[in-house]
Amino acid sequence: MWRRLSREDRILLIGIPALVILIVAGWFIWHSTADLDDIEARTLAVANVATLTRQHIVIVVIATIAVMVTAVPTGVLLTRRRLSFLAGPVTFIANMGQAAPVIGVIVLLAIWLGFGTPVAVLSLWIYAFLPVLANTVAGLRGVDRTLLEAARGISMSPAQVLLRVELPMALPVIMVGARTALVLLVGSAAFATFISAGGLGNLITTGINLYRFPILVSGAMLIAALALAVEWFGRLMEVVLTPKGMK
Amino acid sequence: MTKAGEWAVLDFVSSRWVDILFRSYQHASLVVQSLVVATIIALLIAMLVSSRPWGSAVANAVSSIGLTLPSLALLGLAVPLVGIGTLPSVLIVIFYATLPILRNAIVGMQNIDEDLLESARGQGMSRLAILLRIRLPMAWPVIMTGVRVSAQMSMGVAAIAAYALGPGLGGYIFSGLSQIGGANALYYALAGTIGVIIVALIVDIVLALLARLTTSKGLLV
Repeated sequence: MWRRLSREDRILLIGIPALVILIVAGWFIWHSTADLDDIEARTLAVANVATLTRQHIVIVVIATIAVMVTAVPTGVLLTRRRLSFLAGPVTFIANMGQAAPVIGVIVLLAIWLGFGTPVAVLSLWIYAFLPVLANTVAGLRGVDRTLLEAARGISMSPAQVLLRVELPMALPVIMVGARTALVLLVGSAAFATFISAGGLGNLITTGINLYRFPILVSGAMLIAALALAVEWFGRLMEVVLTPKGMK
Repeated sequence: MTKAGEWAVLDFVSSRWVDILFRSYQHASLVVQSLVVATIIALLIAMLVSSRPWGSAVANAVSSIGLTLPSLALLGLAVPLVGIGTLPSVLIVIFYATLPILRNAIVGMQNIDEDLLESARGQGMSRLAILLRIRLPMAWPVIMTGVRVSAQMSMGVAAIAAYALGPGLGGYIFSGLSQIGGANALYYALAGTIGVIIVALIVDIVLALLARLTTSKGLLV
């Protein structure tokens, strides 16, 4: 399997975990030796950082599940013959929507619905829904028509064609969308702190507000490490889940 | 929206339209200038690595990793180094904008018909001439697609960089955030968000036109 991967994938599959370990180990070593003042020591206490990391991951996981169980079926519906006339307009709106800055979406929803974790999850769901939908539609449309014809020719039912031909063939493109969404979500979950929903972004806002660079840089490093770990996991899944015949 | 609400929006916009236009201009100007720098950096790197398989793989891997880094994290790293204000905004936007252009430039310069390169060599063109007169013009449409992707992404990054008091429409979004509960919070956030979408659309249209005008005539379908 390894030999079939592109050079870039090989560098990333080894390089990213190495980088993550370097950042996290480096942070722990720095943390145990650094001369921190009272506020810094309290904010960067391992228990507090662990809580923020957990909040961050919970927001990302819930939003990701919500996006996948809504965007992929919507994509499937939009590529069925009866609804395919909607695909064009929806893709257009999806592309327009991607121009909206995520921070704007979060702030607007917070003004409307108030602060807190559910609102953070909701805004991330709205934000990542569009790229996953766009990739699902693109992936399903990219499947060779003659293959579908052949599948119908050997008397597969529409459900079988979808589950055994279309979705497996479209899976690589859908997975790219899922990985992109996941990485977007890890980064955007850093903004959850702006609406009191916790997460590692808290270290960045605290660091800037109190002008404490150790807190600021710790937050930046740990968010980056988390995003890289997620990216690596997504790439690994892509390699593992691609149907054998397509490699 | 109620009648009073509509009047309040008009009031907000009419009393601030000069500032709204100025911030939109700032936003567009930050993104466009950064794009120019990013395109130059990306093309120089792509020209250096595109003929080397491992060089291209490393450059693509670096751009993948770079795009993974969250913008708020990068802002957090930039502030201790360069302070707050315009400078961190410019640096971060250039950083992110370079990556998609670099990736597309490498792909574009590599996917060129071998026969074409063969005949260029047969005419006695040097490597540099082939790079500048065959590879770059042939890759140009793909490169411009990368520039448009970068522009789109940079709009959002520039908005976030306003957290460290950078220029542009992001400042409105953060004003809205800090005034939540107040009368104008919604209008600030709306002006910032919708403003970014409009600026992004205009810049995208201009870039699409530019792509068409600068692409070699033989490549246009």
